[in-house]
Amino acid sequence: MSRPLVRIGFLPLVDAALPILAREHGFAEAEGLDIQLVRDMSWAGVRDRLLYDHSDAAHMIAPLALATSLGRERAAVSLSVPFVLGLNGNAITVSAELGGRLLKENDLGDPAIIGTRLKDIARERKQTGRPLTLGVVHRYSSHNYMLRYWLAAADVHPDNDVRVVTVAPPYAADALANGEIDGMCVGEPWNSVAVEKGIGQIILVTAQIWRRGVEKVLAMKSEWLADNEPSTHALIRALRLAGQHFVNPENWAQNAEILARAEYLDGSATLIKRAISDRILLRQGQDETHVPDFMFQYRQAANFPWKSQALWLYSQMLRWDDQPWSKAEAEIAEAVFRTNVYRRALAGLDEPMPSASKKVEGGISGTISAGSSQSPLTLEPDLFFDGRSFDPDNIPDYLKQLRETQ
Amino acid sequence: MRIAIIDESRARAAIIEEGLRASGDHEIFLITERLGLARRIEETAPDVILIDLGNPSRDMLEEYFSFSRAVARPIAMFVDQSDEDSIGRAIDAGVSAYVVDGMREDRIKPILDLAIRRFSAFSALERELEEARTALSERQIIDRAKAILMQSQSLNEPEAYTRLRSHAMETNRKIVQVAEALVTAHDLMNPDPKTPGAEEGSKNE
Repeated sequence: MSRPLVRIGFLPLVDAALPILAREHGFAEAEGLDIQLVRDMSWAGVRDRLLYDHSDAAHMIAPLALATSLGRERAAVSLSVPFVLGLNGNAITVSAELGGRLLKENDLGDPAIIGTRLKDIARERKQTGRPLTLGVVHRYSSHNYMLRYWLAAADVHPDNDVRVVTVAPPYAADALANGEIDGMCVGEPWNSVAVEKGIGQIILVTAQIWRRGVEKVLAMKSEWLADNEPSTHALIRALRLAGQHFVNPENWAQNAEILARAEYLDGSATLIKRAISDRILLRQGQDETHVPDFMFQYRQAANFPWKSQALWLYSQMLRWDDQPWSKAEAEIAEAVFRTNVYRRALAGLDEPMPSASKKVEGGISGTISAGSSQSPLTLEPDLFFDGRSFDPDNIPDYLKQLRETQ
Repeated sequence: MRIAIIDESRARAAIIEEGLRASGDHEIFLITERLGLARRIEETAPDVILIDLGNPSRDMLEEYFSFSRAVARPIAMFVDQSDEDSIGRAIDAGVSAYVVDGMREDRIKPILDLAIRRFSAFSALERELEEARTALSERQIIDRAKAILMQSQSLNEPEAYTRLRSHAMETNRKIVQVAEALVTAHDLMNPDPKTPGAEEGSKNE
């Protein structure tokens, strides 16, 4: 009997690695599955293919999966996220000129200190009538929410003091070069491309803003999942093996070569390897800097779809779209992250299985041992840079506090 | 109706423009430049926007449309609930449509259908070109195989070709498949790039 085929949409980004490697290293095949990868050039394209059955699953920015399920700007279609493809892996890159003013050190900056410097520059620029303009990849992206979280905490209002605009990643370096934008929060390899061209300087990585920020997810229509649960389980098991392979230093060079191929990222293996290995070239003329947890794709149950992560994203959606919290919407948002499917798929494997489905996000400052079955689960610090933590059961209070401080 | 066509492929945009002009009394705006895209849309105030599905600017545009809701006529993706099939065909063809609020479906549908037909025709044309390119590279492989046979078996060109053709007929394969097998075997046994045949093939690459 032939293996079932799962078509997975993706954008050419380093964090599309797990589905690509699940196919290339035969993990999917070993789980009795064929994977076909469908490349797109915009998230709108990935979403359209998923909604109209031109793909079965997708590599997707997590907030877009929520926005689609909540019916933001179009009729709601229920999506399911049974697996997180990784945490963080994005960075903030600014023009060489702005970088020189924000950061004196030959290292990554401290988000709070850079924020203070940015605040002064933003005020200055606003007075000239040409406010600082910062690009993000999509309005429903973690890039947008991480950038805005950092700006607001530094007392820079993302809508009033600067402009945050959407820029397609392939054009981001050009936009930075011709002054359309002064900086951007994008995924890899696009920060490194800008650095390589001598156009930009990486000043922060998103892991510094939230050490365990949820990034891309595996999304599918809930309807499709219901009809294809065995295939979904097989896919999750294959992605888990791909995650193990991805984080093993022995495989970094080979995996960078695979991702660089024309049919995937069509880019430079050298640049891709920087992200994979957490060794980032921050600007021209210096050595690569080791940035711990730059990409966090597997360890510490990173792929578990914590409902509290979905709810943090939902809280930020309300915050920046200026909408009131709704119990019904919060329930839809947390239901998108399918902890039960993840549990069923990896039952019986040597893999930590968190006992809880939600946790306080940004609440771990040391190393703790978390409740888990199958195999022990150790969690390391997951802090937000401003020290604030997020209680998923009390979003209205969290939003109130955020509004008061900004 | 005012129709904007956003496509980085100038050729494809022109083909669609031509079709739309023939189909009715429309004002058509071609936008092939990425820079100033939102400004161009604002200036032209189209009723319908057709954009190629693979255009990386779509996310930026959708953000612009959602923002424009507050300042001008709302623009939304064209989703004909009664005809999911036509949206599916549009994705197949590689085109998506955005329309301003209040546009009647029966006025949009013919425009979208035409765009779908033209996009599909353009893709078919591209496929033909691709096939023509493949055919060219097939001829290069056969030329190389002939060169190898001529050198190693002391044959002249017609003899080498006849040898390839009769082997193909005997084994029920295409000539290019036999040639490919021969070239591969030859390369495996002669890793030195200066061996005959290799030079022959590389000059056209």
